[in-house]
Amino acid sequence: MSIHVEARNVVKRFGPTTALNGAEIAIAEGETHALVGRNGAGKSTLVSILTGLQRPDAGEVRFSGEAAPALADRDAWRQRVACVYQKSTIIPALTVAENLFLNRQSDKGRINWRALRARARELLDTYEVDVDAQALAGDLSVEQRQLVEIARALSFGARFIILDEPTARLDGPAIERLFARMRSLREQGVTMMYISHHLDEVYQICQTVTVFRDARHVTTRAVADLPHDELVAAMTGEATAAYESRVRTPGDRLVLEGTGLTLAGRYTDVDLSVRSGEVVGLAGSASSGKVGLAETLVGLRRADTGTVAVNGARVRPGDVPAAMRAGLGFVPEDRHHEGFVPLLSVGENATFPIARKLGRFGVVSPSRRRAKAEEMIESLDIKTEGPDQPVGDLSGGNAQKVVFARALVDDPTVLVVINPTAGVDVKAKQALLGAVEDAVERGAGAVVVSDELDDLRICDRVLVMFHGRVVKDVPRGWTDHELVAVMEGIED
Amino acid sequence: MTTLTAPAPRARLARFRDLTLVPVIVLLLVVGAFLDPTFLTAGNLTNVLQQQAAISLLVLAEAMILIAGKFDLSLESTVGTAPAIAVMLVVPVTAGGLGIGLPGTLVIPLALLVGAAIGAFNGFLIIRFQLSAFIVTLAMLIIVHGLLQGPTEGKTLFQLPDSILYLGSAMWLGLPAAVWIAGLLFAAGIFGLGYLRLGRALYAIGGNLDAARAAGIRVDRVLYGVFILGGTLAALAGILETGRLGAIGNNQGVGWIFMVFAAAVIGGVSMDGGKGTILGALTGVLVIGLVQNILTLIGVSGFWQPVIYGSIILVALMISRIAGGKAQD
Repeated sequence: MSIHVEARNVVKRFGPTTALNGAEIAIAEGETHALVGRNGAGKSTLVSILTGLQRPDAGEVRFSGEAAPALADRDAWRQRVACVYQKSTIIPALTVAENLFLNRQSDKGRINWRALRARARELLDTYEVDVDAQALAGDLSVEQRQLVEIARALSFGARFIILDEPTARLDGPAIERLFARMRSLREQGVTMMYISHHLDEVYQICQTVTVFRDARHVTTRAVADLPHDELVAAMTGEATAAYESRVRTPGDRLVLEGTGLTLAGRYTDVDLSVRSGEVVGLAGSASSGKVGLAETLVGLRRADTGTVAVNGARVRPGDVPAAMRAGLGFVPEDRHHEGFVPLLSVGENATFPIARKLGRFGVVSPSRRRAKAEEMIESLDIKTEGPDQPVGDLSGGNAQKVVFARALVDDPTVLVVINPTAGVDVKAKQALLGAVEDAVERGAGAVVVSDELDDLRICDRVLVMFHGRVVKDVPRGWTDHELVAVMEGIED
Repeated sequence: MTTLTAPAPRARLARFRDLTLVPVIVLLLVVGAFLDPTFLTAGNLTNVLQQQAAISLLVLAEAMILIAGKFDLSLESTVGTAPAIAVMLVVPVTAGGLGIGLPGTLVIPLALLVGAAIGAFNGFLIIRFQLSAFIVTLAMLIIVHGLLQGPTEGKTLFQLPDSILYLGSAMWLGLPAAVWIAGLLFAAGIFGLGYLRLGRALYAIGGNLDAARAAGIRVDRVLYGVFILGGTLAALAGILETGRLGAIGNNQGVGWIFMVFAAAVIGGVSMDGGKGTILGALTGVLVIGLVQNILTLIGVSGFWQPVIYGSIILVALMISRIAGGKAQD
């Protein structure tokens, strides 16, 4: 098999940091090639170099044996490589048709909107994307937007496509549909580079895997010949066993109770109870209402009917401070939006909930805050220069640890975490799950809402939701297949 | 194809979003006719158009800049300063000139050039050095106005070359030339932003900068162009205003920028970039112009009028919040 895409000895520096240090990758024609590595391993930089958005300081990129085109020649690049970036490159205020043909709406002169729509429809049909060309892109679902991006990427005629964490924003069934699409593209001879934090996906969809660590190429192997723990070891540089969840016996005291909870369009008539020393999982597809339910428990949303009680006391609905006073700590779904204030320091972010305890009359004592923050940094092993560093400067995993610190700083008796390990690497993932289990061992009860089956393994039981209802209470010891079947509503 | 059916009516509605102010304009015409018999005369309506011609060019410029996701407050200072500097380069020292004495026919090109230069400088600071457009143009608003006050020492320029007076005072085919000019430029703007790749690039840049860059749009170049065009249009607005008034006062253009933003925003141009149309902005100008005219006709004191303008902006904002359904930043 011939080499379709090759990067040789690529070096890229940004100021004092070296993002890529002699990195290389060779992708054979027609294969789906995974690129994995921890946060900061240089994956994103390699993507921007392979797509011609950035110039390497040294080294070269070759497509089918030929040198890459000049950086300014965007059209030449787009004929060689297409990319679905991690960040959406859809413009919400424009129609699907215009997004598909952005900056090439016409050859020259006046744009013929009717013809543009027809071309868009044709393109969408070619790639079997069931989306209205005239709809505003902002009105599409995340999955539909991504399909539009894939169709656009392929419409330039590139036979090599990079998918940078495409599953991060998708739920289970959508991921399956994406994989089916990727398989059919592969059958048509399209070469793909696939980036993901989910190693099981690599095993599912890729033939070859390249591991980057600390800005360098570590290994390239056939997926079939590389056991899971060896892959993790290559990524982390040390042998790390898969996370072992701990055994425990839940107590008798009810710490969190939801009764008859209904919120129109999200969930219907849900009862839920969590004991101290117990971890309860909430699983289901994106439309199952699991996130909406969790957000109700913490007071971010108000249920239409039903009550939430923390430690036996009813909490005023839709009141986050009241829930926190009652002893609840939570990790929100999207850490960038709800989790932290990027410009404020690690210390401030971590101690928001207890600011009132750190001083009197609304004054926060800096030294007491610092002491508390240092304690949290130590206990969660947050890699930071110190409590004064802005959270915005930290890597994804460490920023998430700060969000955990905020949730745990007041020793909550109830901990609700939503997608706790989204976008963090293997080691950080283990530390975060460990933090949940530590809190539970100290006597708290926890609710873990996650799209990741691995996160749910720490749960003593998993409530599976389907279309807004809890359809099954699955005890520990489930297999992936069982749980997914219930989540998809295949089995009741 | 189930998904095809759902969004279709919405897309059709979206096409008329530009025209949401048309009922308001009709309503204002009816109310105006009711309140004052002179309102609906050709003379009065022409008067409204002529008064709005100059400021409408600023709205055109600001709408394009806002759609591209940027901001320019300094346009209002250019309205006075660009024609004033051009005039001072032409007229003799006795008339308040700088004693350079360039030929009088050059005064309009000179004014446009000054406007373009101010726009280019704004662009330079904002694009090259990545400074905040709001603060840069706020500073430039003050500086550029100072460049009018400094050399004139606060005096009004009366003795102007004929060429600069012509556009703002001439009549073409029964309508003021200024109205024709503004009308043609708006037509060009509507066409350009609706049907040219370059115009659509403004929406792409304002909507998602990274996506625009990834699509191969030369973002910096387009943004420079928008700022330069904005400055040039502001200078042209200044030329029209100078012709209408026959002199360049020390405050020419001062305070316009609030009305400009009001017109653009009630016309549906988003302050966050990427949204709105030139046609919408035009309807915004007309609403403001009609309200102004009606208030003057029924004898509302000029000192009280700002209260009403401010209220109009708030009401428009609330309506768009209800219609759009999305929280505003």
